[in-house]
Amino acid sequence: MSNTNQMSPNKVGNLIMGTPRVGYTGYIEKELHHDYGGDTVFGFWIYILSDCVLFATLFAVFAVLQNNFAGTIEARDLFELDYVLAETGLLLTSSFTFGLAVLSANHKSMRGLVGWLMVTFGLGAGFLYMEINEFIHFTHEGAAAWSSGAWSAFYALIGTHGLHVFAGMLWMLVLFGLLFKEGLSENNIVRLMCLSLFWHFLDIIWICVFSFVYLMGVL
Amino acid sequence: MAHVQTENTHGPGGSAHGSLSEYMVGLSLSIILTAIPFAIVMSGSLNETASIVLILLCAVGQVMVQLVFFLHMNTSSEQMWNSVSAVFVILLVMILIVGSVWIMQHLNHNMLMGH
Repeated sequence: MSNTNQMSPNKVGNLIMGTPRVGYTGYIEKELHHDYGGDTVFGFWIYILSDCVLFATLFAVFAVLQNNFAGTIEARDLFELDYVLAETGLLLTSSFTFGLAVLSANHKSMRGLVGWLMVTFGLGAGFLYMEINEFIHFTHEGAAAWSSGAWSAFYALIGTHGLHVFAGMLWMLVLFGLLFKEGLSENNIVRLMCLSLFWHFLDIIWICVFSFVYLMGVL
Repeated sequence: MAHVQTENTHGPGGSAHGSLSEYMVGLSLSIILTAIPFAIVMSGSLNETASIVLILLCAVGQVMVQLVFFLHMNTSSEQMWNSVSAVFVILLVMILIVGSVWIMQHLNHNMLMGH
């Protein structure tokens, strides 16, 4: 019996490679310190990229349909650029304050982290409030989501971005709870890094929105 | 992007290696690159083609600025997979958008809409 065992592929492998040293895991030395947090953040990065593809389809739909007003009020008559500029300012500032929150977390400052996260949450809420106000205003002016192809594409694109901002704010609330429960644990830092990617990503999408939808819509 | 450094003292899960000055530079550049296109369109000082070109340049510039200063993307070897996957997605996005617009323009042309 022991003879047949010795001929199993495993044993043959050991004969050639030598007996693994104690503590050998099959990974090279550097990866012994490899952390799952890094994998999680990279996995979330892949999700962000797939979200880019989602937004790309919505931008493509908007690009194709943006002139199909079919007799409804046109974008150039409705868009107010100073209002959009204020929205942009809120979202850009919130991206910056999220950066400050991450820096606070790096310095192990729970107060700074929670404080800047709350500021970010407030700015996000302000942005969302302005966006919903704008939607209501547009709808009253005869540019509802069901009015024409161009307006449907507009609401689909801007609305999806708004929903993402809303999801980010919900995530912040959950993170507040987890921070109070676990403090600056490794898991919470990973969650914070993922949310940071998400929030900065939303600001990048908004750059494309105000450039392609609002500014070019008014031209 | 928020790269997790295995070497730093923050341990597993690590943190973005951003600094306050980096975020300040990112914010300042973003404000400038937002102000320029808004100012041009709101004042109406340039013709349409020049405006579109400037809006595009500022948008691309600001996206790059935020990727570098807020998401901390760089070309270091640890970030190889982040960057490679991002470049692949940029290619996908270009095919999607340019392809859609191209096809639909030809369709409109052949259906004698517009033009």
